[in-house]
Amino acid sequence: MNSAAVQLDGITKNFGRTEIIRGVDLVIKPGERHAMIGPNGAGKSTLFNLISGRLMPTAGTIRLRGEDITGLRPYEVNRRGLSRSFQVTNIFPRLSVWENVRCAVLWSMGYKYSFWHNIDRLTDVRERTEQILRQINLLDRLHLPAGVLTYAEQRALEIGITVGGGAEIILLDEPTAGMSHAEAEHAVALIKKLSEGRTLLVIEHDMGVVFDLADRISVLVYGKIIASDEPAKIKANRAVQEAYLGTAA
Amino acid sequence: MSETVQTASLPRSSSSVMGFVRSYGIWVAAFALIFILPRIFTSGFALTAMSLMGITIIFSLSYNMLLGQAGMLSFGHAVYYGLGGFLAVHAMNAIASKGIAVPLPVIPLIGGITGLIFGIIFGSVSTRRGGTAFAMISLGLAELVASCALILRSFFGGEEGITTNRTKLLRLFDLNFGPQYQVYYLIAFWCLICVIAMYALTRTPFGRMCNAVRENFERSEFVGYNPQLIRFIAFCLAGFFAGIAGSLAAINFEIVNSSYVGAVQSGQVLLAAFIGGVGSFIGPVLGAVLVTYLQLTLSDITEVWQLYFGLLFVGMVMFAPFGMAGILMLHAPLLRAGTLWRLLPYYVIAFVPTLIMLTGFCLLIELTVHVMVKASDGPMMSFLRVTFDSHSFAPWAVSAALIATGYGLLRLIWPRVESAWNDAMSLARQRGGVA
Amino acid sequence: MLELVLVSTLNGVLYGMLLFLMASGLTLIFSMMGVLNFAHASFYMLGAFFGFQISKYAGFWTGLILAPPLAGVIGALVERYGLRNVHKHGHVAELLFTFGLAFVMEEVVQIIWGKLPLDYRIPAALDFSGFTIFSTNYPAYKMFMLLTAIGIFIVLLLILTRTRVGLIIQASLTHPHMVGALGHNVPRIFMMVFGFGCALAAVAGVIAGPALVTQSNMAALLGPILFVVVVIGGLGSLSGAFVASLLIGLLQTFAIAVNLSIADVFGYFGVHTNPVPFLSDIWRVTVAQVGPILPYLLLVLVLIFRPTGLMGTRDT
Repeated sequence: MNSAAVQLDGITKNFGRTEIIRGVDLVIKPGERHAMIGPNGAGKSTLFNLISGRLMPTAGTIRLRGEDITGLRPYEVNRRGLSRSFQVTNIFPRLSVWENVRCAVLWSMGYKYSFWHNIDRLTDVRERTEQILRQINLLDRLHLPAGVLTYAEQRALEIGITVGGGAEIILLDEPTAGMSHAEAEHAVALIKKLSEGRTLLVIEHDMGVVFDLADRISVLVYGKIIASDEPAKIKANRAVQEAYLGTAA
Repeated sequence: MSETVQTASLPRSSSSVMGFVRSYGIWVAAFALIFILPRIFTSGFALTAMSLMGITIIFSLSYNMLLGQAGMLSFGHAVYYGLGGFLAVHAMNAIASKGIAVPLPVIPLIGGITGLIFGIIFGSVSTRRGGTAFAMISLGLAELVASCALILRSFFGGEEGITTNRTKLLRLFDLNFGPQYQVYYLIAFWCLICVIAMYALTRTPFGRMCNAVRENFERSEFVGYNPQLIRFIAFCLAGFFAGIAGSLAAINFEIVNSSYVGAVQSGQVLLAAFIGGVGSFIGPVLGAVLVTYLQLTLSDITEVWQLYFGLLFVGMVMFAPFGMAGILMLHAPLLRAGTLWRLLPYYVIAFVPTLIMLTGFCLLIELTVHVMVKASDGPMMSFLRVTFDSHSFAPWAVSAALIATGYGLLRLIWPRVESAWNDAMSLARQRGGVA
Repeated sequence: MLELVLVSTLNGVLYGMLLFLMASGLTLIFSMMGVLNFAHASFYMLGAFFGFQISKYAGFWTGLILAPPLAGVIGALVERYGLRNVHKHGHVAELLFTFGLAFVMEEVVQIIWGKLPLDYRIPAALDFSGFTIFSTNYPAYKMFMLLTAIGIFIVLLLILTRTRVGLIIQASLTHPHMVGALGHNVPRIFMMVFGFGCALAAVAGVIAGPALVTQSNMAALLGPILFVVVVIGGLGSLSGAFVASLLIGLLQTFAIAVNLSIADVFGYFGVHTNPVPFLSDIWRVTVAQVGPILPYLLLVLVLIFRPTGLMGTRDT
């Protein structure tokens, strides 16, 4: 099989005796924009946690561009080119906006644990941070502690931290959650811009966003994928309609 | 937390004179200060005090690398301080007896390396956990080392400790480091070097990621860093600088004993760093200076100075957890916007009842101490140069009255102070002084 | 030999029970409020001193009845007016608050009662030999201590599992917000649990005071061991605290009873050497001398092989 960006084979996850993920096979093609939808509690965030290394699968394998990453720590997964955002904003609250993005940028620029470089003189770090901030439109807020930003701004920062390291595969967990319609439109435009040339996997509940964004959609219900196809076919799929979309969607 | 954000568009003009002054001016000033201070404060007491402050500054800053920078609360940092001191003393004795050509100024490096090595050994175990567990582990390790001190008598010297003579090493430039002023300069130079080094560390990728790990351990993992490794490196480096401080203390006192590694010493550095303020780089420096000064002077004034320290600490935890530096920084926006002067009169007015209340408390404490502890001295005692009978009712009534009056007035005045603060802050915001 | 083992086992279990009496209150407070009460051993000390003071005027039994509630009330007040205000500054601030509190409490006790050990006597009613194992007389007072500790646990277990209050407390342990939303006064529950935990520590103090030493450094001596117990057992786990308390109690007691050194062991096999001076300290040190540091060595071992503790679930 030619290298899928992300490939899940037979992934199951149990918490004690509760089965959350019950055998998921999933292929995300390189460069694809893939949406994952499904009812609450289906296990979408858990799947993200498994892929990004936050949780260990009970069984099954996860491959990143052909390489087996099952059981690796989150930073090991991140260093191999996968980055994720969080549904509940997970930023560095008392650090400034500038610092938040800069921290995301540092590892990928190769500085690692250096305690001998003066960070104020690293022009490449500064330029990249500036570039990200311009893309997420927070350049005029760079001095502020991240905790005082508005919710939508924090969500934008969240995405900025996620893409800051230049990862090729981006996982976004409900990026537009809690946003107004206008804000969500901005967010979608931003996501499209930032994910150009990259592989994107998005969890979303907003169907407008999903159908706008996605090349392919997978539907997760009770820990199993019941359909994985193009948007038009997903809309028409009976099982999906029953489980999630409802008729006349 | 002390990050001064650089605007992306601000170029680093280190070539121009103004750029140089802005970047390095404060260090040049510090360098000059070291020379000027002994000319201003010339007494023997002052020299001793300043020497101690220098040592405590290094120690507190090293402690803040853990607490303020990386968010790790340790109750056993004195282990690295003390072990640095012990190894320094053993090294000095060995060098002197074997006539090896090593001058005294190099000795703190030995202490530093000791601190680093033990930091690596103990840190590999301690930094597996964070938060409360880490704090308790640090306590356990400190107790382990302190208990070992009584078992391994030849290394730790038992109850008496180990003495040394700092004048017996190789003499450079005719300096034998016998007189205190020479020791002062040795300490001051090492202090400056360490402060610069520790500050520089905060301006590195590692230093920035320490803050990130403190703020959000989990997210740091997802941006490619191993947060446990960051904590470990911070721990080792903190041990290095603590070892330097400990060896300077050994040189200063020419004796080390098991109290150097003990829980009390660990508690003192925690106190100094916290009171100064763990949220900024300069906080622990302020705390070190203040706490050292109080320790030296307070013990002559009252027998229960440790109680006062404890109460000060608890008070700060409750009302000013960001320390003295935090309080100063809180007022920085007002200063920048020029609205601080509006607030000052209210502070002055609030100061009076606060002083009254605190005096009442001190009187009550001193009365209690006199009656309980110094009963053999007889009933007469003096407080603030007033002599009275501690067994009579009057001084107790006075203390109660002072406390009640002070507290009552403070309750009345405080809302005014608060609203004055709010006014000053909103005005400052309007003027754009608040970031 | 067997006599030594039996007596040491009894003593070890007793010591472990005392530790658990304190560790259980500590764990309860930590599980519920997320704060490790650094001053917990100080309430143990308060119990001993209050017990001593009351027993001087009204006898040991009155002391046993009055001292713990007194300490518990002080604990509740500390929670209400101190800890609760610090809560908003985070866990580190809470820990530091209790740390400062422990320090202040030790100073105050020193001022009032002095630094020397107090003559806190075993009550005459219990001052006899309980039973004899081989040739050793095992004091009845120690049996009393053991039985009291076990009795308290049974009562505790019953309260937690069989009463309504216990049920609410169990719920607050994991879901304080939900319990609050259901209409229970969670801050008041916190205050009561904190006070109760301190009272438990005080009970340990009242009954241990006559047997061990009653002195103002009690808290400083026992505190670190107590925290090591909860870390080894796993922060937040009552059963872990139980196992760890017994483990450390037995470990320390047996160590003190054994008077061998490494040199003795090697000498038994006919090896006599005289190593480097400061290593000779290790060569000649006996197991009994090492006793006090064994809990800390165990801590290091557990941390290497099982970082979350024996039965730990929470990581803070």
